[in-house]
Formats: sequence, C-alpha cells, structure tokens
Amino acid sequence: MRKRRMEEAVAKSLMLGSLGLVLGSLLAIVGVVAWKGVSALSLSMLIETPSGGYYLGKGGGVANAIVGSLYLSLGASLLSILLSLPVAFALQREYASPRLANFTRLMLDVLWGIPSVVYGAVGFIIMAYLGITASLLGGIIALTLLMLPIMSRSMEEVIRIVPLELKETSYALGATRIETALRVVFRQALPGIVTAILLAFGRGIGDAASILFTAGYTDRIPRSLLDPVASLPLAVFFQMGTPIPEVQRRAYASALILLLMVLAVILVSRLLGSRFSRNLVR
Amino acid sequence: MPHISVRKLAVSYGSHQALKEMSVDIPDGQITAVIGPSGCGKSTFLKSLNRLVDLYDEISVSGEVFIDEVNIYDPRADVLALRKKVGFLSQRPFALPMSIYDNIAYGPRIHRMKGRQLVEQIQQLHRSILLQNGEDPGQKLATPEEGEKGAMDFVVEYYLKLSGLWEEVKDRLHEPASRLSIGQQQRLALARALAIEPRVILADEPTSALDPLSAQLVERQFQLLKKDYTIVVVTHILRQARRIADYVIFLYLGELVEHGPAKRVFSSPRDPRTRAYITGEIS
Repeated sequence: MRKRRMEEAVAKSLMLGSLGLVLGSLLAIVGVVAWKGVSALSLSMLIETPSGGYYLGKGGGVANAIVGSLYLSLGASLLSILLSLPVAFALQREYASPRLANFTRLMLDVLWGIPSVVYGAVGFIIMAYLGITASLLGGIIALTLLMLPIMSRSMEEVIRIVPLELKETSYALGATRIETALRVVFRQALPGIVTAILLAFGRGIGDAASILFTAGYTDRIPRSLLDPVASLPLAVFFQMGTPIPEVQRRAYASALILLLMVLAVILVSRLLGSRFSRNLVR
Repeated sequence: MPHISVRKLAVSYGSHQALKEMSVDIPDGQITAVIGPSGCGKSTFLKSLNRLVDLYDEISVSGEVFIDEVNIYDPRADVLALRKKVGFLSQRPFALPMSIYDNIAYGPRIHRMKGRQLVEQIQQLHRSILLQNGEDPGQKLATPEEGEKGAMDFVVEYYLKLSGLWEEVKDRLHEPASRLSIGQQQRLALARALAIEPRVILADEPTSALDPLSAQLVERQFQLLKKDYTIVVVTHILRQARRIADYVIFLYLGELVEHGPAKRVFSSPRDPRTRAYITGEIS
C-alpha cells in the first residue's frame, strides 16, 4: 500500500518536474529575447527600411524583413494548403490502399526530419531549372517544400480521427465520397486542420536556412515575385553576427517582432477556429 | 413480391463468417424486428441491406438482396440510388456538423431533389398517414412559400413534425445540431433519413442510447410510419420487439434460426434456441 502511494508521488513529481523544466526554458528564451530586444524596439524599427549605415548602428528599421517574412510565409502557406488538403484526403482509406497510405506517411515522417538547408538546396535546383534567381518566388518554393510534410501529415492525422460513424451517417443518406469529404469530414476536422496550418506556418516563418540562398536578402520591399526579398530570421542572423552592440540589440528586437507576429497569427486563428467549431459533433 | 427479399446472403469479415447463408422475405408495410444475442450478426445483416458493409475492410458478401426487385449486389447496381431508397438509423445518432436545418436539408440537397417534387411527395404522404389514422384526409397542410427556399423550409418543418421534434426545435433551427440531447438527435436522424423520401427504414438498435421517454417517442414514430414504409429494426431488447414487431427474424451466432409473424414466434417458437432466447435462458 505504501509502495503504491510512493509510486504515485514519484510519478507525479517527475511529470510536474518535466513540465516545469520545459515551461521554464521556454519562458527563459522569450524573456531573454524580450529583455535584450525591447530597448532597441521603436516605431522606426517597424516601419522603416534600413537606411545607409543601418548595419553600423545608424537609423532605419527592418520593415523590409517584416513584409518579406509575411510574403514568404503566407505565400508558402497558401501553396502548402492547396497541396496538403488533397494529399490528406487522398491518404484516407476511402481513396488510398492502406499500403500506399502507410508508405506515404512514413515518407512524410522522414521528410519532417530533414534539415531545412537541404530544402533550400532542393529549392535552388528547382529554381535553376525554372531559370530564376534568388527571389520571393524562389523563397516561397523552398518554404513550401519545408512546410508540406508537416502540414499534410498533421492534416491527415486529424482527418483520420473523424469518427467512422459520422461518415457512415453521410454515406447512408446516399452521399458520395467527395460530398462526405467536403461537407462533413472537412467541417468536422476544421479546427484540427487550422492547427496543422499553424504548425507549418510557425515552422516556415521562423526558418532561415531554406531561404538563405533561395530568397536572397535586400533592403528594399519586393515589388514582384521575382525580386529578392528580406526576412526576419535572416535579419536576426546578419545583425547578430556584428560586433556593434546596438546592432546586436536590434537583432533581439527583430526576433521579438517575429515572436509577436507568430503569436498574433495564432491568436487570430484560434479565435476564428472557435467560431467555426460550434457545429462540431463531440 | 415483398419489398426486400434476401436470397442466400452470406457475409464474412476476413476469415470470420459473420452471417451464414440465409434467405428471408421481409414483409411490406410492417415492422420487422431482427432479434438475437450480441454479436450474432444483427448489425451486419442490417448494414448489408443498404450496402453500408461496403465501407469495412476485408469484407466479402455473397448472395442476393432484392429491393423493389433490383438485386443491390449486382455489379451494375446504383449504390447511391439504393441508399436514397433506404433510410438508416444508427445505434448512436450522429448529428452532421452543421445546423439542425442543414441536417434535414443535407439529403435533399445532395440528391438535387427539386422543391416542387418534394412538396408533392409530402402532400401524398400526409394524406396517406391521415387516412390510416382515421383522420380527415382533407386536412390541409400549410402551403409552402414560393421558390426553392420556401420549399426547403416546408420540407424541414414537415419532417421535423413527422419525427416529433418540431415543437422542441422550431425556434432554433439554425443552431448547431450537436447541441440537441441524444434523444432529440435520434429523432433528428429519423427526420433526416425521412427527408430523402426512402421506402425502407433500417434502424440499428435505435433506442439503445436513449432514455426511456425518448425511446418511447421513437417507437411511437415507427408505429405511425409503418404503413408507408417497410421498417426493419435491430434490437436486443426482447420487450421492445414484443411491443413493436409484426414480424420477427431470430439470428443466433450468424445463423438465421427462425422467422415468422411476431405473434407466432413469441407464442410458439419452433426451434429450441429461439425458445431458449425468448424465455430468457440465453441472452
């Protein structure tokens, strides 16, 4: 009896300990970024592009990277959604044989673990094939490659857990597979699908290596898909590498901006998601 | 010729034979109860009547099932048309993830049923139900408003009334159906199934998840509807079968043991297994 109670206490303290460790380190990261960056954060940081001497500590801001990151990650998210949704539905048992589905799942899991610089390299090959240089389009292609496995795999997972009986209800009324998929399964899985999109978006907007040589870097805001484009992760990377303290602080400020942008996107999607999910079957 | 005629039907999941070869005619315009212990193939039998068994992995079906003289297992058979002809109620009702109104409208919409045609069928059904219940068939239904939307409103209202749910939901038709209680959801499922204008209703233990009052409501709706539809109810509640069944099919371990008019089967079962089940020796 005492032994079982001990076991209970040990398990509980282990769990709470791990939780504390994880939460603590996350808060520490956010804290360091905020503490070091907040002093350099100013309105001109947000709305100005770098002027002459910005990288030596003079005036200007990272508006080029903020807009660039938004363009890149939204473009790549859109492309990924258009490709991932059909893939996720295709992997369901109504469409794919279990063997093909399992093989694809395995491949997607493997792709998930590939370092993002490799996606950049593959993106670069595709760009060379298409005859384009480092540009917004190139960056979007590389980021899409990076986001696809994450998005399609997590979408597939949430679509798969829609109860069979719910699908049966629709089929029993004489609905086809595609009607059931679009009108019933999609709606039921929508909150999960939104989460899948956010997961991939978060990975995409924060990634530096895949866009290093596919998107390039510029102090200007791109006017077309074929212009090079700046991004926040690379802005952090470049500014962090200088010996000038003011520029280093700006690196932290840029990271803070990136963090707040991700937070804002997540909050807005959650809000929208809860409005959509009122019809769900529980 | 009865509505549903089963000939040498056998179903197996992989190497497990869920239903041994059976033949039976299911009478028209009556309630047929399929009874038997759990795991004896009742649900499989029911789901093979609208080919819902097609959805399961490694299933194999042999034999024939004729509905309106069409063999539904003919490779050329139109499964969607079949399922439109056969309404289905599952053990636990599932509300589609949309509003109450859209749940009812779902079937007519996917089958692209025209408003006019829907309204005419309803008027016909209405007269027939009034006649059977000894009421004046001249009793007028409200006339639907013009246009497709008016017709759909009319359809939704009529079937919700027919399934006895209208009074409870008429003020919140556009709320999510998932907010209804489980008993209400089962009546919603009935209304939804009726809205595609089936000729047959299959119900798989439709009251097993319901409280006694809701269960009674559903049973009463079946009694009301039986003259216009062929109703097949799977149940493991013997008392329910005694209450509502006109015809009984007894399955035991995947085998059709006995079938016949309910009175005869309950009062003088021919097979010792049926007798054992009915007297409560096995359950």
